[in-house]
Amino acid sequence: MSASLTLVVLMAVLYAAGVYIMLERSLTRVLIGFVLVGNATNLLIFLMSGRPGGSPIITGTVQDAGMADPVPQVLMLTAIVINFGITALILALIYRSWWLARLGDAGDDLADEHAGETTSSAEENFRSSSDDDDAVQASLDAGEEEAR
Amino acid sequence: MNAMTILVPLVVAIPLIGAAITLALGRRHSRQIAVSVVSLTLVVLAGAVLLVLVDRHGPAVVHVGGWQAPWGIVLVVDRLSALMLLISALMLLGVLLFAVGQGIVDGDSETPVSIFHPSYLVLAAGLFNAFIAGDLFNLYVGFEMLLSASYVLLTLGGTGARIRAGVTYIVVSLVSSVLFLSAIALIYGATGTVTLALLAERIPALPSGVQLILGLMLLLAFSVKAAVFPLSFWLPDSYPTAPAPVTAVFAGLLTKVGVYAILRTQTLLFPENPFSVPLLVVAMLTMLVGILGALAQADIKRMLSFTLVSHIGYLIFGIALGTPLALAATIFYLAHHISVQTTLFLCAGLVERVGGTTSLARLGGMLKAAPVVAVLFFIGALNLGGIPPFSGFLGKLALFQAGAELGTPLAYAGLAAGAATSLLTLYALTRAWNMAFWRPRREVENYESSMLDRLADDPHDEGTVITKTVSPLMVGATAAMLTLTLCLTAFAGPVFAFAARAAADIEAPATYLDAVFPNGTP
Repeated sequence: MSASLTLVVLMAVLYAAGVYIMLERSLTRVLIGFVLVGNATNLLIFLMSGRPGGSPIITGTVQDAGMADPVPQVLMLTAIVINFGITALILALIYRSWWLARLGDAGDDLADEHAGETTSSAEENFRSSSDDDDAVQASLDAGEEEAR
Repeated sequence: MNAMTILVPLVVAIPLIGAAITLALGRRHSRQIAVSVVSLTLVVLAGAVLLVLVDRHGPAVVHVGGWQAPWGIVLVVDRLSALMLLISALMLLGVLLFAVGQGIVDGDSETPVSIFHPSYLVLAAGLFNAFIAGDLFNLYVGFEMLLSASYVLLTLGGTGARIRAGVTYIVVSLVSSVLFLSAIALIYGATGTVTLALLAERIPALPSGVQLILGLMLLLAFSVKAAVFPLSFWLPDSYPTAPAPVTAVFAGLLTKVGVYAILRTQTLLFPENPFSVPLLVVAMLTMLVGILGALAQADIKRMLSFTLVSHIGYLIFGIALGTPLALAATIFYLAHHISVQTTLFLCAGLVERVGGTTSLARLGGMLKAAPVVAVLFFIGALNLGGIPPFSGFLGKLALFQAGAELGTPLAYAGLAAGAATSLLTLYALTRAWNMAFWRPRREVENYESSMLDRLADDPHDEGTVITKTVSPLMVGATAAMLTLTLCLTAFAGPVFAFAARAAADIEAPATYLDAVFPNGTP
């Protein structure tokens, strides 16, 4: 099996940097470290698919030996999706812990900026904003007419 | 395609569909409950039917989408998988009923319930997926499903303590997942497949150095999940902060998936048992360090978390011995420990509600206040501590027999550690029972006893006492699960015979290979 040296070096750098950053206390850096390590792992899976430059698997074009191994690509895709989901979850966690650190539990009881609004006043807000939208749209249409 | 193979994908599909429906029913709480209960009940039924059929006709194999094994995804249910499926589905159903009972009493004010049911069902689906996975990558996907759901469940409500606990848990789990994925990549590079049945043939043919690295990486990744010492440090800090039903499920099932994965990979992929000696040492340390930690805890939930770690040691001990009797004992002990640990955590949840706290320093007079809870906790404690005639005793006895049969000095040392751990477990649990239930309420103030000296309270305990009512459904669910553990005792003969057959299956991987590749491996 032969592999691209550039990718191997890149993978090693990503692993090293990722692990180093994950050791920090800050949750944001842990997230960055996780993203780096996750991508390093994806590269590792990719490297395991053998010689680069194989053709895609379409029957009747090339001989079997010249085709790229599809399995690692599938594994990578799945791993990327999972990493994406987990990154989103950690971002939510970071936001929540930032919120708690800044405001504490009292943050949950902060007054809502829309508190005290009645249905009619809320509707009034919507109506005025939709009036604005209509005015903007009208001026845009007028501009287009002129351009023609 | 017969009845047996139709059931196999359903155990994952039903909870996932249920999760989607409960997510859509976000605000209709009673319908959410109905959907969750129905889907888990269906899985229990499917698991029971599978158990009987697999025992009679051999492993059920499904090639997903009709793609044959080396290319497609293969799902395999053998006796071990079927047993794990049934017992975990029963636990999930019982805990769900407990959670529903708790939600009804609380008026669902405390937790954002709309996400509880979908996450719970996804957790169940991931768990079942891990048990029926026939290839390493599907096992990884199952792990990720259940872990992602567990991240949500652990941080339910997003209070400070839960976020703090969640961060430790999530970061540790992520590291182990990355390790597992890297191991899969390397295994693919070395063998060109991730199907377990093919790996069983190709890994033993590799040079021994490569085998060692691959085996160690898998072992490390699973050991973090199974909370094997010294990779168990995260568990007692993260589990107890979650809501009681969530802690019960985590304690009963999540660590056991790690043990299941170790059991499966070590027997199937490394049949020569190359890690026997290090595993024996680690098993002893897990037992002893875990139980010594439990002795120092004043908080019942933390104490139970430490006993959980220490009893993982018994399972690792059995896997390390690797003889047919040891594997049978491990499988029996796995079933016993899942049920009894879940039940005990539910009891702790009941104690917390009746007594208002789980700290032994402030609990007292619970025998009068809640006699039923006292009996439930007492029987569970005796069972976990290994008092005859309960299933804990039978499982340990079988493990010790297997150790004595092997007869090496290390096996005897492990046996001694196991016996000591068993006694200390009994001490820790009966002390908790004495303090919380037996001690009169009026003696709690200024209580002087050597038993309570030097006990460490939960560092995040704020010392508040808030009692809440207990609904009959909560007690009923706990009692039903305790009855299940007693059934494991009453029907120990048939269950152990089944475990022995399951052990024979995994001891000789030929059964597994023949089931996946009836015409011989490609």
